[in-house]
Amino acid sequence: MNFEFLGDNFMSLTVTGLTQGAIYALVALGYTLVYGVLRLINFAHSEVFMIGTFVTTIVWAGLGFGVGASAPGTFGVLGLIALAVVAAGAASGGTALIVERVAYRPLRKRNAPSLIFLISAIGASVALFELVGAITDRQPRGMPSLVQPKVQFTIFGADVTNLQIGIILSALAMLAGLDIFINRTRLGRGVRAVAQNPDVAALMGVNKDRVIMLIFVLGGMMAGAASVLYDVKVGITTYSVGFLIGIKAFTAAVLGGIGNLRGALLGGLLLGVVENYGAGVFGNEWMDVVAFVMLVVVLLFRPTGLLGESLGRARA
Amino acid sequence: MLLELDNVTVSYGRIEALHGISLTVGEGEIVALIGANGAGKSTTMRAISGLRPVGQGKIHFDGQDITKMRADLRVIRGVSQSPEGRGIFPGMTVRENLEMGAYTRRVRAEVDEDLQRAFDLFPRLKEREKQAGGTLSGGEQQMLAVGRALMSRPKLLLLDEPSMGLAPMLIQQIFDIIVEINQQGTTVLLVEQNAQQALSRAHRAYVLETGRIVKEGSGNDLLTDPAVKDAYLGVA
Repeated sequence: MNFEFLGDNFMSLTVTGLTQGAIYALVALGYTLVYGVLRLINFAHSEVFMIGTFVTTIVWAGLGFGVGASAPGTFGVLGLIALAVVAAGAASGGTALIVERVAYRPLRKRNAPSLIFLISAIGASVALFELVGAITDRQPRGMPSLVQPKVQFTIFGADVTNLQIGIILSALAMLAGLDIFINRTRLGRGVRAVAQNPDVAALMGVNKDRVIMLIFVLGGMMAGAASVLYDVKVGITTYSVGFLIGIKAFTAAVLGGIGNLRGALLGGLLLGVVENYGAGVFGNEWMDVVAFVMLVVVLLFRPTGLLGESLGRARA
Repeated sequence: MLLELDNVTVSYGRIEALHGISLTVGEGEIVALIGANGAGKSTTMRAISGLRPVGQGKIHFDGQDITKMRADLRVIRGVSQSPEGRGIFPGMTVRENLEMGAYTRRVRAEVDEDLQRAFDLFPRLKEREKQAGGTLSGGEQQMLAVGRALMSRPKLLLLDEPSMGLAPMLIQQIFDIIVEINQQGTTVLLVEQNAQQALSRAHRAYVLETGRIVKEGSGNDLLTDPAVKDAYLGVA
């Protein structure tokens, strides 16, 4: 155990953790939206994220920025990232929608018990995972490093890079956008109504199927955006990339209170930070252990997560 | 006829809850559906709104067969319901609950007008405008449920047990408002256990027993009917 290391590098571990946590949070939104409305854990969401990471590399390679290509100027990089966000968002959102149509809707129409949904979810996840595995020959796929981390400023001895700032800020912006959409718009109100009471929502004239499609697309788009941030940060992806990120994001969602959007943000950031502290104290190989121990401890004391409750109920 | 149920059956699994109900509601009427617990009153309401599938029979609304129509589309056609147990969205404010009632409407100015009307009918809701629906008292929730159901500007307003759990004075008040809403031009079908109030306010009424309609007549006729008196009005 190395508490001295933690003390000396506290701020820099915090910044690294927040960056990682921002990506967890974006992916966690997909779990939380679907759970909030359908009380269903969409295990295929991890693969929705994975598909985004590949579409990003395909778009970049298609534009002449394959492995080893040198990065264009600042505006070029921003343009490439923006394009990737659109493409990966569309691909991941589309994948999520297909999963809903193929794996869940038919069961919903037959009023299947929730265990059946879970099996269908795992099946959809394995199918996507193996499909991409087969297409890519199970080889990882590289990409150019578009953003060279450059220290922008130092805070309590921790260097903060442009990459970290970019990732955290874009994740926060997307979360804020989604939060406004859910809480302030008519359609968002429809989503909350279905989450709180599907029958009464129908009595208000809300089309439940449309709301369900909407949340799958929204969650998928957020995962797509997260996949671009992940690619920019890590620079390599593979067909199994979704597994660990998916579990971490799901953990983040549960930690913050599954079904609660702001809980996903809190849970994601907290998980990212704490696992980095854990890695600092116990060594990198203990990172995931620390993350899941924290989950268990929090759930022991707060079974509904830190912010608790579901999509509509918790306004704050 | 605005609403016409023709021999409608509804089942929960293998158990048939409604064994062929026929009833009509004419434009401008207040029609009451009375009966004991489990007689099928709420099931009838759910079938009319499209929350329960109809087995046999037909439902016509405003000259159109709506038997198989999706629930949300019936709202657009003009059917609105204040459901059993009120169905307030607990995490939404009073105002948001009312706005949910206007979910199918697009013209903002008209919605604002109707919000004002709801607040005029129920001044209490105006005071509680920013409060979460789940924190309201039972009476306030009932007002909110009725006010919300009006926000879609329905042709037909379905009220499931509007007096449930309310103090006697509030019951009077809520029925006064139902009559007022009706006089403003909305047709009302209401389900009630409080037969005394329902029959004295309704133009016509049906008596439901274990999934069958056993009696119908004007509110006043049923009020003085010995069998009805015996079963539903208690000993005076």
